[in-house]
Amino acid sequence: MNLKLKLALAIAAAALLFLGSATALAFVVWSGLAVELRPLLAAALIERIDLVIFIALLIIAGLGIVVSGLFDAYVVATQRLAEETRLIASANPDHRLVPGGGAELRQLASEVNALADRYRTLEAGVEARVAAARGALEQEKNRLAALMSELAQSVLVCNIEGRMLLYNQRALHLLSAPSEAGGERNAAMAVGLGRSLFGVMDRNVVLHALEHIQERLKHGDARPVADFVTALAGGRLIRVQMAPVLAVTADQGARAAATSASGSARISGYVLTMEDIQRSVENASRRDRLLQSLTEGTRASLANIRAAIETMLAFPEMGLARRQRFEQVIRDEAQGLSHRLDSTITDHADCVRAEWPLETMLARDLIAAVQRGIETRLGMSVTVEGNDEPVWLAVDSYSLVQALTYLASRLKHECGVQQLRFRPEHRDRQAHAYLDLIWDGAPLAADTAAQWQHTAIDLGSEATPLTFEDIVERHNGQVWHQSDATAGTARFRILLPHPDHLSAPIKVSAAPSRPEYYDFDLFHQPGQRPELDRCLLSELSYTVFDTETTGLEPSAGDEIISIGAIRIVNSRLLHGEVFDQLIDPARPLAAASVRIHGIEPAMLVGQPRIERILPRFHRFCEDTVLVAHNAAFDMRFLQMKEAAADVRFTQPVLDTLMLSAVVHPNQHEHKLEAIAARLGVSAIGRHTALGDAIMTGEIFLKLIPLLAVQGVKTLKDAREASQQTAYARLHY
Amino acid sequence: MSKKILIADDEPNIVISLEFLMLNSGYQVETAANGEDALRQIAGFCPDLILLDIMLPQKNGFEVCQKIRENPAWNGIKVVMLTAKGRESEVTKGLALGADAYITKPFATKELLAQVQRLLGE
Repeated sequence: MNLKLKLALAIAAAALLFLGSATALAFVVWSGLAVELRPLLAAALIERIDLVIFIALLIIAGLGIVVSGLFDAYVVATQRLAEETRLIASANPDHRLVPGGGAELRQLASEVNALADRYRTLEAGVEARVAAARGALEQEKNRLAALMSELAQSVLVCNIEGRMLLYNQRALHLLSAPSEAGGERNAAMAVGLGRSLFGVMDRNVVLHALEHIQERLKHGDARPVADFVTALAGGRLIRVQMAPVLAVTADQGARAAATSASGSARISGYVLTMEDIQRSVENASRRDRLLQSLTEGTRASLANIRAAIETMLAFPEMGLARRQRFEQVIRDEAQGLSHRLDSTITDHADCVRAEWPLETMLARDLIAAVQRGIETRLGMSVTVEGNDEPVWLAVDSYSLVQALTYLASRLKHECGVQQLRFRPEHRDRQAHAYLDLIWDGAPLAADTAAQWQHTAIDLGSEATPLTFEDIVERHNGQVWHQSDATAGTARFRILLPHPDHLSAPIKVSAAPSRPEYYDFDLFHQPGQRPELDRCLLSELSYTVFDTETTGLEPSAGDEIISIGAIRIVNSRLLHGEVFDQLIDPARPLAAASVRIHGIEPAMLVGQPRIERILPRFHRFCEDTVLVAHNAAFDMRFLQMKEAAADVRFTQPVLDTLMLSAVVHPNQHEHKLEAIAARLGVSAIGRHTALGDAIMTGEIFLKLIPLLAVQGVKTLKDAREASQQTAYARLHY
Repeated sequence: MSKKILIADDEPNIVISLEFLMLNSGYQVETAANGEDALRQIAGFCPDLILLDIMLPQKNGFEVCQKIRENPAWNGIKVVMLTAKGRESEVTKGLALGADAYITKPFATKELLAQVQRLLGE
């Protein structure tokens, strides 16, 4: 029963009580009066009936005022105290009751405040212990995150439904890299905690790999993996290795102990290790084209030359003019062949050579490995020269160690060299570093040095068809022999590539270097559809958003000039996954609106139009519930542009304005700042779309437990409760 | 009367040798530089044998061969495919489409001539 009805009933009861008492008093007086006096009293009363009624009404009014005062002081104040006490207990322990109402209630309020102080002190102790435990856990998580971010591979972890739980920067880079055939970096919108893998990768391919792993598990394979190649949404080819994450049983706390009745382990998710093979596929196809052009082109030219020569030989008596014509054919075709070879070498130089997987390593580590080989195998002494400046190389260490040991063995056996020195040298802003192999004594004869470089490496037990020069060339390097007569030394100087020049480094975005890339609770994420309505509010994924506009009337042509949004997954605001975009409204900005949002017209020059931004925003909030403060306003603006942008926002929408009214029906203020103050949310960064979206998100997270206290637990509960509030009738 | 040979190849440098070779071997010779031209020449010149390059412009050698074999009036024409493509799959395809012989470039002119003479029953 609402308070106004209660008050009306209380006043009515007081009035009835008064009228009843007056009637009883009149009856007592009437019955005690002598019979002959009764007509006189009746006549006197009838004569003054106006006055009697007036006095009665006056008394009833007085009673009403007294009852209303008492009602405010005790009933309304009690209700408010109850609401605020609930607030302290569930959302904002720092909130304190403002004493009001009757003296007893004011005393109660101070007692509750004292209790709240004691509760806060106790809670602080508990919080400190929880924080310490959480700190240890966070440290573990950070270690994992650091490990992930430093991995050279692109790694993505998903739960069994294909929702992303964890990814490293390399995976983000790979999955959001545009196809070289063109296309925007749209996939960036599709990579994020809790997002579906199937937004970037073919679902059937992933399911097929999962089935393969399930089969292997059934057949007793303890560590099954599946490999596949697939094209990303942008067309880029990647090679993927999938390894399962097996269910952990709570009681055992041990991995992979959970087995189903059929004896196979239950897969709760999977780890994808990805590698970009676009370049190698392109290289392979270029090699194919090269081979084709070489074989077919050469065949044709050779055919022409051969036919011409054979004809000339077969008919030696042919006339001079005809002979000259055949000679011309031979000359032309020979020139054509030379030209084809030259252009082939120029165009395909990088793919003629098979790719070697070069690894980054310090020159001194490479030299240490060579040193061990030479000392144990050949018994020579090896020292290192040069300063301590680290020299990084990109090398295949195995083949290079073999090659250098081979040179050392020839120096020992053919020139009697017993001591060798290695000298690495960094060359600033150059693609290559030097690695010198130096010995004291006479230089080699030029043809000896050349012969050593061009002979297949043979170290007895280890032989390879490759020569020293082959190995250096496969590093895209060079080698030559030179002497220093004044120092009495000679050396092989080897040019080897710096790692930076092998491939472009991954550009890390301005996003925090180690954001919330992990959330293993998502292994238990419920399906988003179609049981969405039954999902608990605390388990859903949300996109909290806000818009800034040119004015307040979308139907009168006002436009969106900024959209800001942040995602909530598993009751956590993901500060690394935000949407923040200015938009050119193609109409002037009212000065009054500039004062509110602070966006100057010059800031919007060159920004994209809403038709381009809305599809991106649509992808950003795919599969999530939308949340906004006074959502009807923002939704109206979005809906006005749906047709132009060819998208539709069909997901459920929750409004913090309405939810606040559900939680605190007796509070008058439900503006964003007022709710923030009530719930203890900081109001820094207001009036930018992203700032307001973040604040709305924080408020929403505080509202969820308050709603649960009132029995509003699922999405359906929240929608229905919102519709009961007065704010649900607002339209724009 | 001497037999007639059509040389269908878009490379003049091979056509000049083949034409000279065939003329001096006693054949009547015509040449065509693309697939469409080859089909027109077949209709007008009525060759006994065609030396047919696969990589012809407009209509490739496979298509020309198919057209020849589809027309009953041209059943008697022998088709020798000449090609720089040496893949086995292409040889199989050429023979399946009705070529009588398949010669990969570069070839010995003597062998080509021997093959021509054999196909023409000489």
